[in-house]
This record gives sequence, C-alpha cells and structure tokens, in this order.
Amino acid sequence: MRSIFEQSRAGRRGVAFPRLELPAEAWEVAVLPEGLRRAAPAELPEVAEVDVVRHFTRLSRLNFGVDVGTYPLGSCTMKYNPKFSEDLARLPGFAGLHPLLPQLRRGGLLAQGALQVLHDMDLLLCAITGMAAFTMQPLAGAHGELTGIMLMAAYHRDRGNAKSVVLVPDSAHGTNPASAAIAGYKVVPVPSRQGVMHPDDLKPLLNQSVAGMMMTNPNTLGLFEPHVKTIADLVHGVDGLMYYDGANLNAILGQVKPADLGFDIVHLNLHKTFGTPHGGGGPGSGPVGVVEKLVDFLPVSRVGRRADGTLFLDYDQPKSIGYIAPFYGNFGVILKAYAYILALGGPGLKRVAEHAVLNANYLRVRLSARWPLAVDTPCMHEVVLSAAESAQRHGVSALDVAKALIDFGFHPPTVYFPLIVKEALMVEPTETESKENLDELVAAMERIADLTESDPESLHAAPRTTPVGRLNEVEAARKPDLSYRGACFG
Amino acid sequence: MDFIPHTDQDRAEMLAAMGLESMEELFAAIPPELRARSWELPPPLGEMQVTERLTRLAAMNAHGLTCFLGAGFYDHFIPAAVDAVIRRGEFYTAYTPYQAEMSQGTLQAIYEYQSCVCRLTGLDAANASLYDGGTALFEAAMMAVRKSGRQRLVVCSSVNPIYRVMLRSYTANLNLELVEEDLSDPARAAEFIDERCAGLILQNPDFFGRVRDHGGCFAQARAAGALSVLACNPLALALVKTPAEMGADVAVGEGQSLGLPLSFGGPYLGYMAVREPLLRAMPGRLVGRAQDAQGRQGYCLTLQTREQHIRREKATSNICTNQALCAVAALVYLSLLGKQGLIELAEINLAKAAYARSRLTAIPGVSLVDEGPWFNEFRIALPIDARLAASRLIDRGIAAGFPLGRYYYDQPNHLLVAVTEKRTRHEIGLLAEALQAVLEEYPLS
Amino acid sequence: MVEYSVAQGIRYTREHEWVRVESGLAVVGITDYAAKQLGDVTYVELPPLGKRVARMGEMCVVESVKAAADVYAPLAGEVTGVNTALEDSPQLINSDPYGSGWLVKLADIDQAGLTELMDAGEYRSFIAEV
Repeated sequence: MRSIFEQSRAGRRGVAFPRLELPAEAWEVAVLPEGLRRAAPAELPEVAEVDVVRHFTRLSRLNFGVDVGTYPLGSCTMKYNPKFSEDLARLPGFAGLHPLLPQLRRGGLLAQGALQVLHDMDLLLCAITGMAAFTMQPLAGAHGELTGIMLMAAYHRDRGNAKSVVLVPDSAHGTNPASAAIAGYKVVPVPSRQGVMHPDDLKPLLNQSVAGMMMTNPNTLGLFEPHVKTIADLVHGVDGLMYYDGANLNAILGQVKPADLGFDIVHLNLHKTFGTPHGGGGPGSGPVGVVEKLVDFLPVSRVGRRADGTLFLDYDQPKSIGYIAPFYGNFGVILKAYAYILALGGPGLKRVAEHAVLNANYLRVRLSARWPLAVDTPCMHEVVLSAAESAQRHGVSALDVAKALIDFGFHPPTVYFPLIVKEALMVEPTETESKENLDELVAAMERIADLTESDPESLHAAPRTTPVGRLNEVEAARKPDLSYRGACFG
Repeated sequence: MDFIPHTDQDRAEMLAAMGLESMEELFAAIPPELRARSWELPPPLGEMQVTERLTRLAAMNAHGLTCFLGAGFYDHFIPAAVDAVIRRGEFYTAYTPYQAEMSQGTLQAIYEYQSCVCRLTGLDAANASLYDGGTALFEAAMMAVRKSGRQRLVVCSSVNPIYRVMLRSYTANLNLELVEEDLSDPARAAEFIDERCAGLILQNPDFFGRVRDHGGCFAQARAAGALSVLACNPLALALVKTPAEMGADVAVGEGQSLGLPLSFGGPYLGYMAVREPLLRAMPGRLVGRAQDAQGRQGYCLTLQTREQHIRREKATSNICTNQALCAVAALVYLSLLGKQGLIELAEINLAKAAYARSRLTAIPGVSLVDEGPWFNEFRIALPIDARLAASRLIDRGIAAGFPLGRYYYDQPNHLLVAVTEKRTRHEIGLLAEALQAVLEEYPLS
Repeated sequence: MVEYSVAQGIRYTREHEWVRVESGLAVVGITDYAAKQLGDVTYVELPPLGKRVARMGEMCVVESVKAAADVYAPLAGEVTGVNTALEDSPQLINSDPYGSGWLVKLADIDQAGLTELMDAGEYRSFIAEV
C-alpha cells in the first residue's frame, strides 16, 4: 500500500491550530535565534484528516487481531480483550491525570482514585500469587524480569553475598538470559529431561556463586514442573533466589500460587493473563511481586496508607533498587487489568485456568492423531507439536504449516520455539475460544496434514490469501530499508 | 463475567473426547501438596458494576486543574482521529507482527513511524520504539558502553532528573561510573570528556526548558571517541536544530507529546534514532521494507539477530516488546498535523510560554532564573518556597508547575512552568493573578 | 539428503571453522556445513585489524536472518586482514565458503595448535555423526 508520505500534497492540512488570542508582542519573541533553528522543516506528510483516517483504516484491514479470529500463538496468551476496559482507561479522570500531581504538596489527595487502583492491584496480585507485595512499575514482561534480577542483586549486595551466576533452563524464553545478562550476571543453562527440569541435572551446577534461578511454570512446553519444590529448596540451600516468569500464569490461576512453590520473585504479564490488549507489540505491563524478605528492595515509590485512611506515595525506602520507570508503571494498562480482575472475581479467574487447560488438552488429543507431540503427556495451557517428521519426509517445515494456517483464516501458532523442540509448533488456544473454533482449527490442521503428503508444493507457496506472500527477509536484512527516503509528493 | 464461551454440553463433550470425567482431572500433573490452599479474591461483578466503580474512582482524581505542570510530560491537545485509529481492534488486539503476511498494517505503520522519527531527528535509522524516554536513555547509555568498551558515562545535570535516577538504578550492578555535572558551559564539559568517557548525555530543550546548541560538546566527545547522546522533546524538533545537526550519534526521548494522554505516567513512548554506523548496535525492534516472490512490496521485522529471542544473553537488550500502539498513535498525530501543522503547534507553545513568562515576571518578587531561549517551559524564582506556592495554587484550581526543590535541593524557591497550546490567554492571566495573590499573603523578605 | 563439501589440504575445528596456513599467515573461514546450517548469510561482523585473538576465542560473528553464530579463532594470532568483500556480498560465504568467502587472516600464529585440528577426512566423519 502507498505510504502516507506518497499521499502528501504540499499545502494540504489535517488538524490546524489557529493562532488566536495572544498579544502581538508574544508572537514577536516566539522565534528562536537563527543558530538554534533547524535548517529545513521535517518532511512530515501533508494530508487531510480524511486521508489519514482512510490510510490507517486500510492498514488496519491488512492486520489480524484477536478481534478478527482465533489466535493460538503459544506463550502469548492471545485471549479476548474486553471492550469496557478500553472505555474505562479513557475516562478523563484517569487519562488526563498528570503523573507529577501527587508529588506536589497535598497533590496526592487529588489523585486518590488512581492511587486506589494501584493499591488494590497490589493486594489482588498478592492474593493471586501468594507474594507479600507488588510493584506496578515494570513496563512490560521483559522489564519485569530485569526488575526482578535487579531485586535479586540488591538482596545479595545487602547480605554481602558475592554472586555472579543466574541459572536459566534451556527451555526458557530468550528474555530470561538477556535480562540476567543486562543486569550483570553470567547465565548458565540448565538442561531439561522429557521436557521438565530434574534436580539431578541442577545439583552439579549449584554452588555459592549462584544468585538465583529463573523458571517458567508451567514451562514453555506447557508442562508443569513437578520437581519445582525440590529445585527451590536446592537453590535456597546456596542462598539463591527463585524467580517466577509469569508468562504462563494463565494455566494455574486459582490452582497454584507461585509463593507456595518456593518462588521469591514473580513477574506477571497483565497483557497475557489479565486480558489487556497486546497492541501489536505493546504497551504491556509486567508487575513484579516479592516475598516478605525482599519487600524493602522494591522500586520507589510504593503506595502506602496513612492513619486517616488516605493513600500516599512512599518515597522513603532506603534499601530500594531505585527508579525503574519514571512513575507508577503503564497506568492505562494496569487500569484495564484491574477492571478485568474485578469483573471475573475469584471464581472467574479459576474458570480461566480450567478452560485454558481444557482447550489446550482438547487440541492435544485431537491434533496428536496427525501431528506428533513434542512430549506425549497431558499438558497445561498450551501444547507443543513437532513438524520434524513432515519436514524430513515431505519437506514441509513448521514455517510452511504456519503459513498454510493463515490461508485457513487462523493466526499460526508460535513456531521454532521452544528451541529444544525441532520444528516446534506451540499452540495456546486460551480459554476464550469456543469448541467450534477449536474444531475448525483441528480441521484445518488435518487438511494441512493431508496436503503435506499429497501436495507439499502447495504448502511452500502459502499464504496465498494475504496482501503479500512470504517476504524475502534475506534481502531485507542484507540491504536494510528502514525508513522512507523519497520526497513527499506534490 | 468471564468471557468464556463454553456451554455445559461443550465441556462434557470435550472432557469425553480426552477420556476425562471432571475438570479437576485436568490438573492431575500438579502434585497435590502444591495446590493452592486458599483463594481469597472478590466475587465477580458485572460490566455495569465495574464501570460504576471505576467511574467513581476516576472522579476522585482532580484532572480538571489548569495544568502548567510539565517536567517532561505535557498536557497537549489530542485530535479525535488519533483515538479513532488506535481503537480499531485490528491494531490493538494484534500481537507483535512476527507473521508478516497478516500484520502488514502494524508493520507499515511502524515503518512510517520510523521514517517520521528519522525526519524529526535528522538521523539515519530509528527503531520501532522503546518503553519510554527514561528507558530509551538507559539503552542509549548501554549502547555507548558496548560501542566504546569504556565504563564512564557523563551526564549533564540538566537532563531530566527522573531519567538520571533511573540511570543510577539500572547501572547499580554494572560496574559503571556515572558522572553527573552541570555541563551547560562547554568549557566545563571539556573537563569530563576524555578517553575514559563512553558517552556524553545531554538534553535539548533541557529539563529547565532551555534551548541550546550542543554542537561544541559533541565535537569534543567525538574527538575523544565517546558517543554523543541527545534527549529531545520531539515536538520541539519541529523548530530546533536537530540532533544530527548538533553532531549527536543517538537521539532519544519521550514521545508522549505526540498524541498520547498523560494517563498518570503511562503508557508512553520511547523513541530512538542513530547514525547509520550504529544501526546494528541499536536495541529494539526494526521494521524494514521487503519484497515477496512476485515482487509485491511489503514490510517485515528485520535485523532480528540483535534481539533476545535469537541472541539470548548476547542480545543488545532484553527488550521484547515495543510500544507499538503508542507509536501508531504518534504516527497518526504527526500525519494529522503534518509538516506545517507541527511547526505551527511548536510556535504556539513557544509563544504562549513567552506570554506566560512576561506575565509571571511582572509579579513583584518573581524573576527568571535563566537566560533564553526557551521552548515551552521555563523556571522562575519565587520569594517563597515553591512547594508552598504550588500547594496554595492547587487550592485555586491551578497546577502551577513543578517545584524544583524536590530534585534540586539548592533550588527550593524555583518553579518550573510549562505552557502548552491548551492554556488560554485567560488561564495564563489567572495563573499570574493567583500567584500574585498567594505571594501577597507572605511578606517579602 | 543435503551434501556438504569438505576441502582437502586444510584443517578444521569442531566449531566448523577451517584454517589454511600459507607462509606463516593463517586464512580462516567457516565450513560449507556451517554455512548451510546458518542459511543465507546476511551480515558479517568483522574484527578490527590488529586485534589479538586467543585460540578458540571469539573472532567475529556471522549472521543469517534467524541466527547469529560466533566464529572462533582456530589458532591464536593477530588479525592482519579481513575480507572486506563480505561487507557488500555476505553471500560469498554460502557460494564459496573455502575460497572467496574467507573471513580473516591471522599473523603471528601459534602453529603448534594446528596438530590439534581435524584434517578433511576426520572432519567429514565428524559432521556425519553430528
């Protein structure tokens, strides 16, 4: 589609801001000296409002979202995003609130509603995970991981521990080792057996240099780690901390609390578990919770309650790791998750986990007839298939299967992850897909399995129903074209 | 209300298909001793009850104050078309555009956003956005450390103090040295720029609203082999000499000015742009133009080997998301305003701030702290504690500005005043009258 | 089955680098097997001239769309030449891995290390096992 720059015509206007009301002398001084002015105007497009609205409406129609169809993207929990919370986040009392208002003297009293949201969310997330306190500040899941590892470092510094290593299972998301490395740790991978971690594989890696271990449970194969408590005891034995990556919390809401499994630090993805939209890649929100012994290290500020019942922001935290975000997190996202949790309540959240696991296992049973499972055991919220056999026998890779599913009207599963499964197809239906939707997905996967044998070439050519086919990513990477270099037309 | 579509019959059929009798059996893999012993959460509510509750909480917040509060986060007008676009479910309910063929909408929008950031900053390549201005500044600092192999970061004390405290937190465990000094005088900057310096970090307009040319400092940094990083309010870039023109290698900043609501601190938008040689050292997602086998043009994520999902612990950053929807909002905003509109808006900000300056400094006892030029913000010295004055003005319905004593202990009487296009001549007059009235209550010392 | 070419008369590492020593200079590249595992090479991050590398120390990085592979120095030495043709044509690594797709020249090398590397026959059986 033509870019917005190519639709530009010199002199055309969208929104205008007329010069009104000021005395003439104000305009006279409103000019920067020559040496401080940019040489030429930024070549932004010149288009009418109708051009803008049409351009982006057309672009939106080239996109696929949860609002369009089933989106079983493993690890990403693409559940339905309720509409009412979108309205609530836009209430002027929230959207128009300046974040520095509570930092003015008595200003906090003018933001009691917002502080109440943050305070309630802290309590709700504690009840869900068993942690002692949460910070809402991390701006995304990976940002929560970094915060968590910084908390780990602060704990060890406070105890005078010399720690240098963070253990990460080989099935982990890439953000885990990256977060640990950015926070200054050496990353040591822990191998899996039949898809789960075994204490015997951990023992040789444990010593006094271990600061902690990052774990996702259920893990990225959709399996509950049965030895998690033993593993936590071992890590605690060297004064290490257990970090819970909440990517897959959807599977265990109301069934298991990370604190009971021995975890000390937890990050949650509000955009996965608590129904806030993914936004095409963000904004997300990654609150971090900790057990009692780590509360003092949480970032500033924290919401506290005064004797008179009013809420305030507490900046007096001498042991804190400091500021990891400018203010109180992605407040607009936190609000939507708050609305979601209030709507579902305890019983609803429990039903979420039950139906997420029901849907995943239904797919597992139905799909395994034609597609080998990475690990042939019941799963939690997601199931990992392998296209290794079809790749070897018919030259049809996981990527081909994914692209073929697009032509059947589905968003594909996650492919080539976890890394420990060859030709992985990671399917996470979530609880909000109906049985009919799942049956249609199964039918599509069965049809693709047929084509794998009868007409593999047709799968290499997929997708055919999209505005573009498979793009030449090799050329795109060799000769990167990352911005429009042409002039605006007209 | 739980958004789960299953009927009793669905559940029965599904369980039967897998040979199970109860939902409880689905969790058989979890050792019984690990199961939750309590689940103390509130009962479910209907959409109507939740709406009532949040509407009540929203009403407890004083968003109706006349806002002269800025300090890096501004009360701008947002045209309705911005929200109309980003409320399209195809945009906001999509995931990261890994499957390019069905994500061309997000991908093309991000490419156009990247193009706008390049055009605003004058630099060669922009990423698909980072969380916010503060984390973008940290990422730029880390880029300087990686690129130079050095450990010292030199940061001007007129860089937003919120960003500086963030930088301190992030580098606490990294064996880096942070030097924070007032470098507004290039001669003084020279003392700190040497072969140990990884990066020089400045801001323009700076935290006090001053517009300066940092070309001299950056030339020194370049000569010393250090990276030059400039944090900029993107709206100011409509008028002000660009980071590229000043010789910066990296431009970062907070994109909230470009069509995002204040929303009590987020979600916001960190932008980042670099000179071409730094492209592969840049963190975050990148969208590039590509062709399919039939020669049709499209867009895809590219240069992903820099990122965590491929390079894991060796990645340029741990960042996984960008702020895609906020970047789309900024692009829509920039498209609506366009080349002339953005300039005019920036000029209105400049002019209204100038008018406010003239009105406020006419009050006995109130003076300007700095020499100009400024953009849309400036600091004034009051004869009394600025926190006290601001607090009294809140009683009169005005958020008069940010009392600088909170971050600068030697400036208890200084107030940072921001004036955007939303403030009318009348409101500026009210501020001046109210401030004068408050000051008259206190005898001048 | 995919065929992998193995050149005679040069030595190989278990990390799939090759090295050819000519009059005291070592020429280093990655093998056809490594290139095929990576797929189409999109970018090579070459080391600066004068850099000292340890034996099996990280020397440079070869990237494809979906992977980034560290290339290790088969011998200790000093980087005295890099294949600048790869900047514009990284695909040479796929089309001619043992020839015009070479990566780095090392001088001041520790020739004793050569004996610990595989010859063509040994490398051929090594990749057959992998």
